[in-house]
Amino acid sequence: MRDVAVIGIGHTKFGRASKASLELFSESVLQAIDDAGVELKDIEALFQGAALAGFEEGQVMSAAFSAADLNLGPIPATRYEGACASASVAIRDAAMWVGSGEYDMVIAGGMEKALTMGTLFATRTFAMACHAPTEGPVGLTFPAVFAMAAMRYAKIYDIPLEKLREKMAHVSIKNHKHGALNPLAQFYKKLGALKLEEVMDSKMVADPLSLLDCCPFSDGASALVLCAAEDARKYTDEPVYILGTGQGSGGPLSKMEDITKPVSRISSAKTAFKQAGLTPKDIDILEIHDCFTIAELIALESMGFFEWGEAADAVEDGQTELGGKIPVNMSGGLIGKGHPIGATGASQVYWIIKQMRGEAAKGNQVDPVPEYGMTDTLGGDFGTLCHIILGRSKRKK
Amino acid sequence: MAGMAQEEIEKELSTVYTVLTYADYEAGLKEERLLGLKCASCGKITCHPMHVCQWCSSRRLERVELCGEGELTTFTVIRVPPEGFEADVPYIPCIIETKEGPCVIGRLDYDAERATPELIGKQVKLSGAYTYEGDKYSGGAHTCPIFKLVG
Repeated sequence: MRDVAVIGIGHTKFGRASKASLELFSESVLQAIDDAGVELKDIEALFQGAALAGFEEGQVMSAAFSAADLNLGPIPATRYEGACASASVAIRDAAMWVGSGEYDMVIAGGMEKALTMGTLFATRTFAMACHAPTEGPVGLTFPAVFAMAAMRYAKIYDIPLEKLREKMAHVSIKNHKHGALNPLAQFYKKLGALKLEEVMDSKMVADPLSLLDCCPFSDGASALVLCAAEDARKYTDEPVYILGTGQGSGGPLSKMEDITKPVSRISSAKTAFKQAGLTPKDIDILEIHDCFTIAELIALESMGFFEWGEAADAVEDGQTELGGKIPVNMSGGLIGKGHPIGATGASQVYWIIKQMRGEAAKGNQVDPVPEYGMTDTLGGDFGTLCHIILGRSKRKK
Repeated sequence: MAGMAQEEIEKELSTVYTVLTYADYEAGLKEERLLGLKCASCGKITCHPMHVCQWCSSRRLERVELCGEGELTTFTVIRVPPEGFEADVPYIPCIIETKEGPCVIGRLDYDAERATPELIGKQVKLSGAYTYEGDKYSGGAHTCPIFKLVG
């Protein structure tokens, strides 16, 4: 397989959008094309994450219409659906295709317009990524899935639930702090100085998760231009290389051995590290799937950044902040930046690359710029996991 | 001459791949019976039903009835419901580790305002079934087990 680089990135403002998702996606593609300094005619295939477009705007087969809107011609354009990990699996497959030599330059990214559904129906459609035959009639929701994981986490590590809520609240405070500094974030200039009590006293959604433990519903799109690594320097002085990717699948919650240690994530992260020839110690920055505060803790442990049961304390101690052991979600994460589910994986890559270019907002930028970064994206109740490891220099042979 | 005889084709098509369907599982719940599959290879129990043993992937499965008792491993109280469940709020989804081994998901029949983490580890037993009549997107009605504390 050839090495693959990201040479252009695009990202719309996250939050409530009046434009259609097809428009949002095209905007992010044009930004990425301009950023890369390439032409639309150079694009040979399009890989688009879009999780719930059929329910949001009555649109399926969106990838073909995106290719059409940009006059890309009759190139292959495919929609990817892996719930909240849709864009990441699209990017991973795009990298595979470029790596294989079939294409030299492609677009990968994603889009979503979840806010248009309203909370009740959005909660219903998101819950479609639960196991419909057995979890459907229970009336399970995504906050409930992670609430059950939090309950279990407290039990396993013998942490009083209120104490765990306090530790989890630090994830929300941190991610909102950075989201408030990010001009493309849904909560830009908002919620940037949350107090512990504000998080803990916010409306209960699914015990023990309250509203500020949860990411919002969001609209938005993000896109990347991928090309063969050997060509990358023709277009940019600052290519970022895809050093490793991993993907894992899970099943219904009741079939998991331990819902605080998702095998799908452990396996996916291991694959990505192995492919990159790196370990967690090498990674300088993370964008991980904090759909809920507890999710950030479970992710950090499953990926090997902290021992089992130690992430809660680590976050409280500031080890995941700027200057800490490993800065996590300096974009604001899903909680502060927003979570247009089909776009999130591309947004995570976007913000790692912004960091590598030293272009993140002051207060969010890691200094010196990170050499290696990693994304973690989760779909469903640990059903689809994807990891992407990025570096400023090519993979060591 | 190339081609297969009708009888041969029909014989191939008559192979049973699904030993216990979701519909069978749900019908059992409505009669307060927890149905699963026993593996002839490893001896373990699969529940809810799958097409292979959830422990060893064997396809040598036979229907079996579980005792319906187990331990509560986790739960939550849902206060913000999905569309279609507004009238149920607050309600308690839970995961039960059955005495036979596999975990099943269901609802807990318990006062939501008194549901605290101390419930985890408590013994429960199957006490009924909850049927959601479904919306446009659920392919009809589906049923899950309801559990209550023992004693």
